Amino acid sequence: MTTPTPWNRKDLLTLEELSREEILLLLDQAKAFQEVSLRSVKKVPALRGKTVALCFFEPSTRTRTSFELAAKRLSADILQIQPASSSLVKGETMLDTARNIEAMQVDILVLRHNASGIPMRVARAIAPSVVNAGDGSHEHPTQGLVDLFTIREKKEKIEGLNVLIVGDILHSRVARSDLWGLTKLGARVTVCGPPTLVPQTMEALGARVSYNLQEELPKADVLIALRLQMERQQEKYIPSLREYTKLYGVDREKLRLARPDLVVMHPGPVNRGLELSADVADGPQSVILEQVTNGIAVRMAVLYLVTVANARHPEAPQGPKDLGFEGEIPRPTPRSAIKMASE
Amino acid sequence: MTNSRLLIKGGRLIDPAQRIDGTMDLLIENGKVAEAGKGLKAAGAEEIDARGKIVSPGFIDLHVHLRSPGQEHKETIATGSRAAVNGGFTTICTMANTDPVVDSTTVVEYLKAQSAKVGLVNILPYAAVTIGLKGETLTEMGELQQAGVVGFSDDGAPIMNAGVMRRALEYSRLTGLPILAHCEDKNLTGNGVVHEGLTAARLGLAGMPAEAETVMIARDLLLAQATGGRLHIAHVSTAQGVELIRAAKAKGVPVTAEVAPHHLTLTEEKLAGYDPCFKMNPPLRTSADLKALREGLQDGTLDAVATDHAPHSVVEKESELAHAPFGVIGLETAFSVLFSSLAEKGLLDLSTLIAALTIRPAQILGIDRGRLQPGAPADVAILDPEAEWTVEAKALVSKATNSPFLGWRLKGLVTDVVVGGRQVLCNRQFVHGALSR
Repeated sequence: MTTPTPWNRKDLLTLEELSREEILLLLDQAKAFQEVSLRSVKKVPALRGKTVALCFFEPSTRTRTSFELAAKRLSADILQIQPASSSLVKGETMLDTARNIEAMQVDILVLRHNASGIPMRVARAIAPSVVNAGDGSHEHPTQGLVDLFTIREKKEKIEGLNVLIVGDILHSRVARSDLWGLTKLGARVTVCGPPTLVPQTMEALGARVSYNLQEELPKADVLIALRLQMERQQEKYIPSLREYTKLYGVDREKLRLARPDLVVMHPGPVNRGLELSADVADGPQSVILEQVTNGIAVRMAVLYLVTVANARHPEAPQGPKDLGFEGEIPRPTPRSAIKMASE
Repeated sequence: MTNSRLLIKGGRLIDPAQRIDGTMDLLIENGKVAEAGKGLKAAGAEEIDARGKIVSPGFIDLHVHLRSPGQEHKETIATGSRAAVNGGFTTICTMANTDPVVDSTTVVEYLKAQSAKVGLVNILPYAAVTIGLKGETLTEMGELQQAGVVGFSDDGAPIMNAGVMRRALEYSRLTGLPILAHCEDKNLTGNGVVHEGLTAARLGLAGMPAEAETVMIARDLLLAQATGGRLHIAHVSTAQGVELIRAAKAKGVPVTAEVAPHHLTLTEEKLAGYDPCFKMNPPLRTSADLKALREGLQDGTLDAVATDHAPHSVVEKESELAHAPFGVIGLETAFSVLFSSLAEKGLLDLSTLIAALTIRPAQILGIDRGRLQPGAPADVAILDPEAEWTVEAKALVSKATNSPFLGWRLKGLVTDVVVGGRQVLCNRQFVHGALSR
């Protein structure tokens, strides 16, 4: 028996395109999967017989590992595709690679690429599900979901919260996914950093823009610090790392301005001493490791829902029942305030 | 063929150069326009029935990349010429960013020989402003002029050194030929791929700010004013660029400018699907820019419509947006797109549109074309204003299919084309023998 669900997407590409209801459904499904990782046998057969290709055209340890564990805990088979030298991989071979993976009857393609937009173009070109694991400076939807999930765990709600995102907003795919997800769920988002890295256009996307961290810290319920990409320094966006840390690095001193219940987050990996001081990263307000733990449940939910939706697709060779072991899959208990559409 | 007589009967003759717009016959003799008038008779002349159609001077495109020599996988002189004819263009000017660069008379001679072999349309080459498009040393402009080039451009490789640009403009006082400037400050565009605006922010793409264009337009206008050189601004894409040019013209600066059909009809939102067929340089901008460009074309600030026809292979355009080459094709759709989107909707006078495709570019080049006065070369485009068609990749005769208008339903179709008195397109069919003379 499948639960009536508004999830009908074969792919997860962006949070921008998702409705509030779809995001909540993903979070609820993740909540249901959370306990799987606490079992002594950390496995459910939800994706048994399915193949997940992890295709990372850009170095990644955390996200790739998280997806790998998520797929394994759903009993999927895993295909790792890591080009020897990602910098040599150009898009003209990307669509080719995707078509080849499709020809091998892979069910889900988890795709990371350093160029914005690649997962969208691949998803249009092939029938398997495509999950965006981060594309260029565009979106990182599963990280966005992890952040939403973690905030909901910590704060019980998202609506009405003041969320402060600090760092290189211009180049951050996490910032964009966070922004879409948080604003759809009713949070107020402020993006903060040096003007060269915080485009004014973010206001049109629904964020407040600020250049003064000290002014913003007292108002924040949640702080998300972003990783400063060292290679950007060559492009002279900021005068020096020293000045950046002085103005935008979050340390214990600056945290004195914040509320005691401020939650500190970071998508990782942290440049310790740059955007976060070590004592803050490891301090009592930090939930960075919980984000990592939650990442597995969130990615399990994503892999599961896109597979079910793709199997339900009229052109798909199998019906939802062929997924097998439906009865053993943890079901979400909607905990959101909103009512799910009953039809 | 050129010794025969051709009578185009019963069409609506529009020749902005002579302020003609009315039902009139056009008689062509010995490759030249003989006479325009009502009820013309010519014994033994071949006749084209143009009733219900528009008879216009053949179009002139100031900005075409034919890719030859060196990049024939994108386009050749033959395929580009056919694309031109298909779009009603009888004269096209070719950009110098080929491989090798058109910076010596040897390459000009090669182009002329190859063009003569194809022999379909008038191909007028530009040469580079600087050797190898490096922006350092001026080409031998005097000798290149004698070899037949009609202007100079480092299109695609903007001249960042203001001193070099100044010398080029000064030198143009000797040749009288235009310096066609691709106005872009490379330090401001950096690794940008789309207009720096809302779409770039949403899509996570590196932006090319409008100021990258306007800063350079301002620089070049000041240099043209100071030197009295002949400056032509290529593919203006910004509202502020139009303003700057309008102000300069009012002060009498010797400047002309062109605008591309895609900048007159498309905006940055088209990039939402990351389709490289919407990636060009300068990039698609905002609706405010689009509006200003239309006004600029209508009031004459922007003199000419030029396609910046930039063919690329499917493989090149299939790569990710950041790596795909800039440029879109435009020869085959230019008139129909602007006729449908602007003239038919009352947003641009038809005579202004035709002038921007004929007499205005001819004046910029200083050539005796773009009008149907007796004695002028008989280059004619016949257009069916009622015909509707859909832009389809497989129907394009260009070697490339990177059009931003694929799938568009258009009104207005080029049905017949005459080049130098010789009919090369007859009722949408290439005339037998026109291809391999």
